Parts: sequence; structure tokens; C-alpha cells
Amino acid sequence: MEEFAALIDALVYTRSRNEKLRLIAEYLRATPDPDRGWALAALSDGLDFPAVKSSTIRNLMKDRIDPVLWSLSRDFVGDTAETASLLWPQKQLAPDQPPSPPSVSETVELLEAMNRKSVVTELPKLLDRLDPSGRYALLKLATGGMRIGVSSRLAKTAFAQAFEVSVDEVEEYWHGLTPPYPELFAWAAEGEDPPDIDHLPTFRPFMLAHPLEETVVDLGDYAAEWKWDGIRVQLVRACDETRVYSRSGDDISATFPELLDVLPFPAVLDGELLVRGTVQGGEEDGAASFNALQQRLGRKTVSKKMLKEAPAFVRLYDALLVEGEDLRPSSWTQRRARLEALMERLPDSHFDISRIVEAKDFEHLAAIREGSRDDAIEGLMLKRKDSPYIAGRRVGYWYKWKRDPLLVDCVLMYAQRGSGKRSSFYSDYTFGCWDGDPDAGADLLPVGKAYSGFTDEELKKLDRHVRRNTVNRFGPVRETDKSLVFEVAFDSVHESKRHKSGLAMRFPRIHRIRWDKPPHEADRVQALRALVRD
Amino acid sequence: MSAPFSWIKPEPHGIYIPPADCWVDPSRAVGKALVTHGHADHARGGHGETVATPETLAIMELRYRTGAEDDAGEIPHKAVPVEYGETIRLTGGVDATYIPAGHVLGSAQILLEHAGERVIVTGDYKRREDPTCPPFEVTPCDIFITEATFGLPLFTHPPIEDEMAKLLDRLAAHPDRCVLVGAYALGKAQRVIAELRRAGHRDPIYLHGAMEKMCRLYEEHGVDLGELRLVADYSKDDMRGAIVVCPPSALNDRWSRRLPDPITAMASGWMRVRQRARQRNVELPLVISDHADWGELTRTIKEVDAQENWITHGREDALLRWCQLHQRRARALALVGYDDEDD
Repeated sequence: MEEFAALIDALVYTRSRNEKLRLIAEYLRATPDPDRGWALAALSDGLDFPAVKSSTIRNLMKDRIDPVLWSLSRDFVGDTAETASLLWPQKQLAPDQPPSPPSVSETVELLEAMNRKSVVTELPKLLDRLDPSGRYALLKLATGGMRIGVSSRLAKTAFAQAFEVSVDEVEEYWHGLTPPYPELFAWAAEGEDPPDIDHLPTFRPFMLAHPLEETVVDLGDYAAEWKWDGIRVQLVRACDETRVYSRSGDDISATFPELLDVLPFPAVLDGELLVRGTVQGGEEDGAASFNALQQRLGRKTVSKKMLKEAPAFVRLYDALLVEGEDLRPSSWTQRRARLEALMERLPDSHFDISRIVEAKDFEHLAAIREGSRDDAIEGLMLKRKDSPYIAGRRVGYWYKWKRDPLLVDCVLMYAQRGSGKRSSFYSDYTFGCWDGDPDAGADLLPVGKAYSGFTDEELKKLDRHVRRNTVNRFGPVRETDKSLVFEVAFDSVHESKRHKSGLAMRFPRIHRIRWDKPPHEADRVQALRALVRD
Repeated sequence: MSAPFSWIKPEPHGIYIPPADCWVDPSRAVGKALVTHGHADHARGGHGETVATPETLAIMELRYRTGAEDDAGEIPHKAVPVEYGETIRLTGGVDATYIPAGHVLGSAQILLEHAGERVIVTGDYKRREDPTCPPFEVTPCDIFITEATFGLPLFTHPPIEDEMAKLLDRLAAHPDRCVLVGAYALGKAQRVIAELRRAGHRDPIYLHGAMEKMCRLYEEHGVDLGELRLVADYSKDDMRGAIVVCPPSALNDRWSRRLPDPITAMASGWMRVRQRARQRNVELPLVISDHADWGELTRTIKEVDAQENWITHGREDALLRWCQLHQRRARALALVGYDDEDD
């Protein structure tokens, strides 16, 4: 655990990507199995120990430190694991008793063996064997996401670099394997045969798009499709089993049981999961709003009623593998032709194809995109016709061209400190609109919350504004004097019972900080409500 | 007879003493100021009269040219030096005694006495040994007005020897690079240099131009800093394997491009928190502070054992809570203008 803790600390303090790669690669080469496999899992997808949650740590701490002092400390640090690692009372060892930090594998074994009851006695024993760095590494490992500026992709790239194999190949095998990845190390480090994943319903990494921004493309080279507002999914069928994967590669099959026996042949298909309706795309391309789909997300079991009221289907974008044939090296045009031909073998009840948007030229396409708001569509996708299907985001192949956001002027009401990189800064803002005429005494009603859209410099200024204009404190939340106006950008707005204003914005972000604008000139709730398209 | 302690008033801009019509560490220009130490958030320029230790007055002269003549050839600012242990009588029957605070060169706690009542304003302080200034002296009083910059239980400053060893180890591991240490120009920089000397580091230490005068001032007051060189006078190659000290603001500045592949270090109590170090792009965090850590704050409150503790600038909430838990009377003062998160 000491080497792993040292690696984590070094990664926390390293800025350079190359240096991070070098540090991880060096660790992976120098560390024996299975420690390095567990470490790789922790750095990439994260490990999950159901018995250890953030709340577990909080509860353990509350037996050891006054709860108020704990909350103040946690609020300052912005990270539960780090706060606990610093505040854990260091066990004083007798002079003849050497420290006995556990290895990574022993740690994983012990964590796996814990249940919600035993964790209360077992986790402290483990913490007592470590110093503050070790405790930090342990708690990060135990609670999942490390959040230390290392992406899953970076960890895999470091693995590839350590053993001089291709990262695309690592990606390809990755999702068919489980930690501590013995087959992966046997292949890359020992030169054995690559892991066999062809006969498993394994997730293949998605091809992703860049925002178009100022680029103008030639429609001779690119095809346009609508960017549907559902969730991107991959449907995989192998060995008579179908699985549905989300964009991040999570298996969400249980949430969408209606899709598990409708794909009649082995394949890997890329598409948008939507719910039947008419809000998006009207009669012709009917699909319900994202709001309707949201009711179905995150469920482990689905009621019959829900299946009937909000039936899911997949609008197909692409075909990666079909009946054992890998189509990914072929061009988009070829894959599209194959996909179109496949459609008659797929039931209409659960599949359709994302149709191509025809336009004379780029300008014409821009005009079509402008009109897309009424159809509640997010925007357009542009796909280079000769592009192969490549994992990740490759410049020049696929672009997403979202329609321009909606804008509304809101007043900052509350602020909360951020986590991670923004720990200690008041970076999470709740803002509101006027519920009537502010000059006639109307109140502000909260309409949304945003954490992004400003630069680091602006964040510092906002943080200062919050500190200087606080009128009230509720635990970690500060209420401000409502003197600052934000121009908030958002993709759409929906009815919602969760908020007092009855509205919920989709992807709200700070578009501009209006230091100049008097708060009574901000928008009213009614103006926002007029933008609802449900 | 007036109410107890009615002669001392915490105001948003400092502690006011009505009978003497003067302020302690006011955050704006006033007629008469008692100043605990030379950091900008405690020692502002522009006062009519400043009462402080000779070292603090020298620091203020360097920073604000408080001894400058005006157009008429007069020196409008009146500097009143007070030695450690010396008591001066202010108007209205208030006595002020300056007592070492152990924070930086010249730093003092100010003991105020009036009508048999004793109040101490600590300014900033620490309890660790520091080769650049005399140590904090525990002094009994009725009201103890303490800082709380590191007033959270997670702040434990490690022994400075450990941090020096970390710095020197990193330096030795990269003979082709330099270690660039960000440290406040007044106090922290000189303490780090003095501690490096104490740890046996005899090589020349390179300085950012903004630190030179303050280092010279420390040397004039008898603090030995060894051989110091200005970065501007030397080449990249000269500085390989060397320690360079700069103000924190210069750490990620273009200025550092003239250095040989610097390893960025920062000497601050905030470095105890990983994300703080990350926000500053620090590769080598050195947990070194001139403020009392949680243990020192709570120990000092116990040792001083005042009837009442007033807590200022910093994390008042937690120290206030600790006082409640330990049945000590305390209140938080809302003073403005102190750099909340500076060290």
C-alpha cells in the first residue's frame, strides 16, 4: 500500500500528462500481480465495495471527532476521504512494533470481506495500520472514484506504454475482463495470447464527436443526422445473450428488459435509446422528450406499467460488428449501407434508423438546424463519409452541432463550496428569477443551479463576491445579497415538481456574469415558463 | 464607573480603543495605530502615527516609505518604536506592552491595560521555534484576542526538519533542475532560508528580485541567511541543482521560464490539503507555516487561560466550537480586511 499511496500522491501533484503516464507505467512494471491489477482498476474504472460508502466514513469519524468540527473540516477540504485521512487519530506504535501496512491485494481482500456491520470495526483496523497518505489512498480506493486528475483513458494509455502494446487493443479487451485483469497482464507483460472476447457480449468503446464551433464542412464529405435527445447506447448480442451498455460502458440491461430479446443475430450496434412519443421530431420521427426517458433511468427493476406507458426503442446510428464481421475499419458510407440493409431483419417495435438530414449546402443545413428547436431536437451530427469507426474522439471525423442555447438572466441566490479542484471556492451557484414584478415587491424563486461556464479567474472573483456579500449561512451554503446577475445558458426547460418554481433547466451553465446589470432587470419566472416545450 | 471592557471595541476595521482614540491593526488608514507586525493585512500605510516594534517600523518604512518627506520637507508620519517588554502609556490611561509573538521578525502581541483590566491582541503567532524571531510568550490576561488562520483540527504542521529534508531530497534527486520555492516575501522566505542553513545547506540560494530588500533587512537585524544571489544576475546553468525562492505569485509566472526546469514547491500551511496544492500547481508541497496550527491554538488558549477568548480572522467557527466544548467563554469577531486565506 505504501508504493500505491506514494503513486497516488505523486499523481496528485503532477501536472504533466507525460509525467503521469511515466509514473503509472513505472508502478505497473515494478509491482507484482495482483497488486498492480487492483491498482490499475482503482485508477481506471474504480473499484466498488458496497460496504464502504462516503457515509460510512462520516459515521466512523463522528465517533472520533465532534460532529461540528468534522463538518467544518469536511467543508473546508471539499473531500470526505482526504478530510478523514487527515483527522484520523494516528495510532501510536510501541517501539518494538514495526508498522504493518497492508499490501494492495490484502487491502482489497479485507474490503471485499466487509459488510455493513463489520465495516464499523474492520475499516478502523485497516486505517490504524497506515499513515495519512496511506489512509488517503485506502479511502479513495475503498469509495470508488479517485478524482486525482487521472482519467480511465490515461490509466489504460499508461498500461499500454508500460508494456509496449497498443492502447486501442487494450480498450478492445478491457470491457470483457474484470479486475485484477490477470489475462491482460499475462498478454501484455508476459507475451501470452490476447484475451478472447469474441464470444462474450462485451462493450466496445464508442466513437465520439467534437463540437463543431467555427468549423464549416463540405456536405460532399459529410452526412448530417439529427442529434437525438435520449441516451447513447450500445446493443451487443453474442452467444444468445443481449446486453445494453451506456456511453460509459455501464451495463444497463436490467433497466431496459424490453430490448433483451429483440435483436435476432449477433451484432454490436450503436444508437440512441428513446421512449415512444411525439415531442421530439413530431409524428414522423416520434419520440418522447428526454424528461419522459428520465423516468426510466437508473432503475434496477421496471414495472409492467412503466413498460407500457414509456416503451423504449433504439434509433440506430451505426453497426460495429454484424454476425462476426468487424465493420469498424470500413467507411461510414459502407457501414450505413449495411445498417440500412439490416433494418428489415429488425422488428419495427424496437428499432428504427436515424434518418439522414438532406440539405443543399452548409447554409441550408444551418437553416434546418435553426428550426430544430420546435422539434425539441438537440441539434445535428455531422459524420465524415469516409470515417472508420474509431474509439474515442478523433479530430475531423465526427462533429456535434448543437443548436444555440436558450438564455435567461437570473440572480445569484445561494452558493456552495465545490469539491476536488474547486475545493474551498464557492463554485456551485443557485440562481433565481423574479416571481412577478421585482419593483412591486416580487420575490426571487430558485430556478436552477450551475457549476460551470466560467474561467478560473472569474471563479476567483465570484468566490470573493460570495464571501463579501453573504447575508446568511446554512451549514455549507451561503445566501448572498442577491446583487449579481448571471446570464444563464441552457438547452431546454421542463415542468418539474422538484423545484418551487415548477421548472427545471437542462444543462444550465453560466454564460456571462453580468457585473453591470442591476438585479431587478433580471428575467421573470413567467418568461422562463414560456420556453417549456413538453 | 463604566462597564467592564467598555474601553475596547471590536469594529469591522480593527480593534478600537476609545479612551486612547487609537486602533490595533486597522485595515484602513487612521490617526493612530498600534501595529502587531509588518504583514500588509495588519500593517497598512497612511496612518498619522504608528506604534510598533523597531523591526516592524523598519519593515513598514521599506514597504510604504512611511519615513518619506512631503512637499514641505516634513515627515508627516510619526513612528513610535516600542521594544519587546517595553510599556508605553497612551492617552486616556491605557498602557500598551509589546510581547514577542513568534510570527515574523518584529511581530508582537500587544497587551493593553486599563482600569485594572488586561486584554491581549495576538496579531498572528506561532509556538514553534523560529531562527528569525524570538518565541511567543504566554502572558496572563482577561480577554485573549487570538487569530485562527489555521483554526481547524485538520491543520497539524509537521516538524520543519521533515519539510526541509523533503526539499533537500528532491533537490539532490534532480541535479539538473532547480527547486523553486514559493514563500511570502516577509517572514516565510527568510525562515525557509535560515532553516535550510540550519539543515546544513551551504550553497548559494537564488532570490527573485522582489525578495532582496526584505532579506537584507533581516540580515541587518542579525539573521544570518548565508550567501544569497539574485536570479537576474545568473544564467540558467548556474542555477542547476540550486534552490530559488520567489513570492507565491511568481510561481506560475513567465518569470520562472528563466530557471532550469524548475520543480515547483510552495511553503505554506495550506499545503496540508492536497487540493490546495493542486490549485496552485504545486509539485512539492511544503507544510511550513508561521501561524499556530490547531494544536498550538488550543494549547495557547489553555495556557493563557483568559476569562474570555475573542477569535478573529480565520476559521473562527471551529475554534469557537472547541471553546464551547471545553467550557471556555469565547466569541467570534467579524473583522474585515484580513486576508482570509493567506499565509
